Parts: sequence; structure tokens; C-alpha cells
Amino acid sequence: MVSRLFLRISVLGMFILTPAVIITGGNSPILTPPKLLSETGLYTNIHSKTVAKGNLLFAPQYPLWSDGAAKKRWIYLPPKQTIDARLIDDWVFPVGTKLWKEFTFGKRVETRYLEKIGKSSWIFAAYIWNGTETDAELVSEKGLKNYAEIAPGVRHDIPGLIDCKACHDGQGRDAVLGFNALQLSSDRDPNALHAEPFTHDMVNFNDLVKQKYITHAAQQYLDKPAVIEAVSPRARAALGYLNANCGGCHNSTDPLSSVGMFLKYMLAGHSGQRRLSTVVGHLSKYKIPDVPADQNFRILPGNAARSVIPYRMGTRNPYIQMPPLGTKIIDTIALNLITAWIKEDIQTNETTHIFHNKQRR
Amino acid sequence: MRQQTNILLIVTGFIIWLTAASPIAQAEQKSDQKKIKRGEYLVTVIGCNDCHTPSKMGPNGPEKDMAHMLSGHPQELAMPPAPILPPGPWMAALSATMTAWSGPWGVSFTRNLTPDKETGLGDWTEQNFIETLRTGRQLGKGRQILPPMPFEAFRNMTDDDLKSIYAYLRSIPALKNKVPDPIAPSQGQPADGHNK
Repeated sequence: MVSRLFLRISVLGMFILTPAVIITGGNSPILTPPKLLSETGLYTNIHSKTVAKGNLLFAPQYPLWSDGAAKKRWIYLPPKQTIDARLIDDWVFPVGTKLWKEFTFGKRVETRYLEKIGKSSWIFAAYIWNGTETDAELVSEKGLKNYAEIAPGVRHDIPGLIDCKACHDGQGRDAVLGFNALQLSSDRDPNALHAEPFTHDMVNFNDLVKQKYITHAAQQYLDKPAVIEAVSPRARAALGYLNANCGGCHNSTDPLSSVGMFLKYMLAGHSGQRRLSTVVGHLSKYKIPDVPADQNFRILPGNAARSVIPYRMGTRNPYIQMPPLGTKIIDTIALNLITAWIKEDIQTNETTHIFHNKQRR
Repeated sequence: MRQQTNILLIVTGFIIWLTAASPIAQAEQKSDQKKIKRGEYLVTVIGCNDCHTPSKMGPNGPEKDMAHMLSGHPQELAMPPAPILPPGPWMAALSATMTAWSGPWGVSFTRNLTPDKETGLGDWTEQNFIETLRTGRQLGKGRQILPPMPFEAFRNMTDDDLKSIYAYLRSIPALKNKVPDPIAPSQGQPADGHNK
């Protein structure tokens, strides 16, 4: 049972309500996140930052842009429990799975926490580090707007519960993002933007299968690590970036599929010859200022100025920007990459292939 | 061959008639109509028309322009810059149509709620509609819904009520009306809406 408490907060004069989710099961006690990060099981000693044995360090090859934050991520799987990867794009995690993501802007600012507590129930939480970085405290479900300055005049938001769920909630899938066969592939994209270097203490897909953390994965993904096939190294990096930064919402299976724009790179059924048919050469409902109404495309081959995707990536007007949350600073490196890709790698629809989305289930 | 086609047409027609006239189909139709009526009732009493149907001046003062029912801010009505309010307790300004609102959030324009595919809710699924009102974000994932939309109250409606409203909004005439995007405070208005 999920019950919601509604709390009122004021943000720039806007009043919004955010729910506090309390998840209970029958007569079982109320389950809420621990009050301190040190109580979540990430560290054996938070003062020395000694990570508990069994918490696996990983780094997706195409990370989400988070305004330049350095990030570290760990996953914990309960003993003898495994991730079911028989649907290669839609892994099922065991109850008891925990994930952490630490955000550093010069110093540790926050660590986010996910815990699977039921077949389709997850706890979402964020912890803010104290000044001495000896522990981090649970933030309320409302989140904390403008919490820490990360650039002159720019302050980082700690997400509230609705913000967490806006990205992580999907349609009948688990809440984990960035932990899949493509993101953990051993064939990492050398041109992926903002990727943390892969280090010996990190796990990749093959390691996880060998160590039996993952079961039922098709042999083909072990024989040939997942890779984005593309016409050029730049196209590969561009498609990987769009996959990570847009595909979480813009895919063919989640509620936003009604928009009909699919940017998630799906491995299953991959033909290598499909096009970005929902994107390239596709008229956009969004109108770029000074561009005639019928001349706005999601991506117009060879013409970034009439392509809505780079336009919305290139603004931080909160009502227009993409992604709509989680960032306040334009990712100029990515914008340059996408612009160059549109101008030079996809001159016509015919030269754009390989990116596909396949309807699942 | 022609005879076969005729037989096929007759059989198909019979099946269609049978399906439409079946008790199950009739019950479903009745249920849909009930839902739409319930949605119409809710839309009326919770005041959706107040902001989503433009006001016009009538013989007895302002009245709702029902020829543009629930189609949001009229696209032909380009608004001048919002007034800058003097210091004091006044916080917001609104257009005579009640479809454009200015305040600390910037300027918001009420949405086209008709089922027009291009400019209204035509592409929205029932789930999109419910998640928008539950989360206060467009489609449950996009930008925040802006004042004066009282989603804080509406989010407490039951799923059945929200589904009824959605069903009603799908049943009304689709009106093509491209509502402008909201204007952020940084685009020419102080963040708190006041002139200092």
C-alpha cells in the first residue's frame, strides 16, 4: 500500500505539492529510508570512506549530464540473488537491490539512493553531505532547491521524490537507469562524453555474468559486447549521449511513448539498418523562434538551426530546456557534438541508420 | 468471385451489427457515456472553463466564449509585456480573457484541452493525463505545470474522476489553437514579479 502525505513548499513564489511516500505492506512496519547515509550500508566506515565489501563500483559508459558533477556509483545485490537479464533491455533486479550515486562538485554534495523493497516498489532518497563529509543526512521528500553553488550564480537542486520518479519511474520496468548491457559493455566508446575512466575496481557486464550476478543473458552479448553501431565515431558518441540523456523518457515503452520520439538505444532485435525514423526528418510540434512553423524538425539532416533537439539542449529556460530537470548548465560540449553530427554525419535520411527502437512486450 | 465478396460483406456486416448490438457492447457504451457525463460534471464544477475557455465581454459583463470552449489562450491574442507590479502585496496580473497570467513564475498561458492532435491533448493518453495532474509535471516528466493551475487540489482526485475528466475532454470538439509557450521570469520580468 502506498499512502501519500502532501506538503506545501514555495519555490520562487510558485507553490507546489510533493508527496511523501510511505510504503507499507499489510501490517508490516512503515518503510522509510534511513536518516543517515551511513545507515544505508554503503560504507563500513564512512569517515574513511571504506566501501562495504559486496558493493560493486560501476560507471556507465554514457553518463547523464549533471552540470559537470563528478559521480561515483555502486550497486549491492542481496546474497544468492541475481539480476534477470533475459530481456536484455529490461533487466529485473532482485528485491533488496540497492544503488548509490555520489555527486561531487569540488566536494561531496549529495548521494542518491535507490532500494528495491518489493516486486515493483522502490525507495528513492537523497542525502546531503555535512561540511566535514563525515556523513550525509536524508533530505525530505520535497527536495532542496538551490542547495549548493556549483558555478557563479548557479545553485544545484537536490531532487525531491517527484523529481526522482519523473526519470526513474517507467512502465512496468524496474527503476534502475544506466546499469545495462550497453552502459556496462566492455567495448566502451572512447569518444563518450564526460565518461569516468574505467578502473580495475569497476565491474562490467561480462564480469557480472561470470560472477553470476547476472543470469539468463543471451550468449550473443557475451560473445560480442554491446556497442552502438554508427556511421562514424562521432555518430556513435552522439547516439550514446542521446540514449543516456534523452532515452530514459523518450523511448517506445514508457508513458512518454505517446510523444512518439524514441531515443533509447535498444539491443534486442537490433537489425543494424533501422533509422532514427521518429527523429530525423520528423516535424516537431515545438516551434523555434524565428523559424517558420512548418520548418521545425526534431532533427533536420544537415541543418542544426532548424533542429529542435539541439535548440532545446542549448537553453536553460526552465520551460523549454531539455532535459527538463536535473541540469541548470548547458552541456556545451554535447551541444557541439550533436550539432556537428547533424551537420556533417546525417546529411540525408538515407545516410542515417542503425539507431532503432523496437516495441517491447 | 463476386458472389463470394457479397457473402463476405453480408457476414461482416452481420458481425458488426451483432457486436454493436450485443449486451456487452451496449453495456460498454453506456459505461462510456456515464463516464463522459461524470467528466462533464466535474469539469463544470471544478472550474476548468474559468481559465481554459477565454472570457469575452457580453451584455451583462464578462462571459465565457463557449465557441472556444476549453481551447486555452487564443493564439491570435499576442500579449504585450506583462505589467511590472509596484512593491506591495499584489503578486499577479491576468488578461481580460483570463487565459494569460503573470506572476513570480513568469507568464503562463492556459492550455488547449481539446482533443486537437496538433495543438491540444490529442496525443495524450489517459495515463499521460493522470500523471500530469498527479505530479504537476507535463506528461508526468516534463516541465512544471504553472500557476494558476490548482493541481495541488486536483491531484487528490480519484483515478476514476481523472479518467472521467479525460473521457469528457476526448469527447468535446477539437479546436486548433496553438497556445504560446510560457515565459520564464528571466525573460524580462523580475523573479518575484515586483518592481523594486
